[in-house]
Amino acid sequence: MTVAAILVLAVGTYGFRLIGPLLHGRVRLPDRLQRLLSAGAAVLLVALLATSALTQAHGFAGWARPAGVLVGGVLTWRKAPFAVIVIAAAATTAVLRLIGIA
Amino acid sequence: MRSLLRTRLVRDIALVCLADGIVGISFGAISVAGGLPLWVPVVMSLVVFAGGAQFSAVGVALAGGSPLAAATAGLLVNARHVPFGFAVADVLGKFRFPGAHLIIDESVAFALGESDPARRRAAFWTCGFGMFVVWNACVLTGALAGRAIGNTDALGLDSAYPAVLLALVFPSLGDRKIRRAAVLGAAIALAATPVLPPGMPELAALAGVVLA
Repeated sequence: MTVAAILVLAVGTYGFRLIGPLLHGRVRLPDRLQRLLSAGAAVLLVALLATSALTQAHGFAGWARPAGVLVGGVLTWRKAPFAVIVIAAAATTAVLRLIGIA
Repeated sequence: MRSLLRTRLVRDIALVCLADGIVGISFGAISVAGGLPLWVPVVMSLVVFAGGAQFSAVGVALAGGSPLAAATAGLLVNARHVPFGFAVADVLGKFRFPGAHLIIDESVAFALGESDPARRRAAFWTCGFGMFVVWNACVLTGALAGRAIGNTDALGLDSAYPAVLLALVFPSLGDRKIRRAAVLGAAIALAATPVLPPGMPELAALAGVVLA
């Protein structure tokens, strides 16, 4: 990670964020494009969660992590508070590793 | 009633800040334990302020990817802030330049959960500002602790991030088309992980949007 890489990421991200507020009241995105943008955001987030839950580098991450995420997923489905979801996911993974399941 | 509602909003925002604070600690700890200098996660959190992109960029860097690949991975993840910006533009008013930096998944979600304009503004700014303070303080704490902890895997914090993503994206998956697109995208990303460089499998997942 270099200073330049962080700056590129920071400036680019701020630019993304500023487009909507700057154009507010001037242009309107077509409904179809707006729908694709929001669907794309959801698709990206789910892909990220799938790869970060199941993979490490180029291989399988082991069982403890996806098991923790699964517990978090069940709690999400049961509408548990955010903090409970996160702590339960981490605690599940930690306990599994403690008893020797990687 | 009014104050009761407001109290609930503040409590919910505080809970999300707490949860993301834990993620922030893990981000700082993982970055430093992985070998990055202390200032990298700290400065990145201040100027980028987007958890998913920060994890992606650091993940690519720690996996041996080039700085350009790390920045690209982060930017790809952050492209969703464009539609977010359109969604909350009315909330920012004349404070759009500082406000834009506070556009994150959580502040957008809280703002969209309110219909009254004043409450939308209150939800956005309270969540955005609260999260900025908590996130950066926690990343610094984690980065300082990371050296001491060394092995953050023992704490199971690596499962917190996908769990947070799942909780955030879960409501969107109520839409059948989006759900189908997301499942296809995740399958593409998982299949591509063994062969593509870091950050690229998620980009490939965008092909799933054909089902949306």
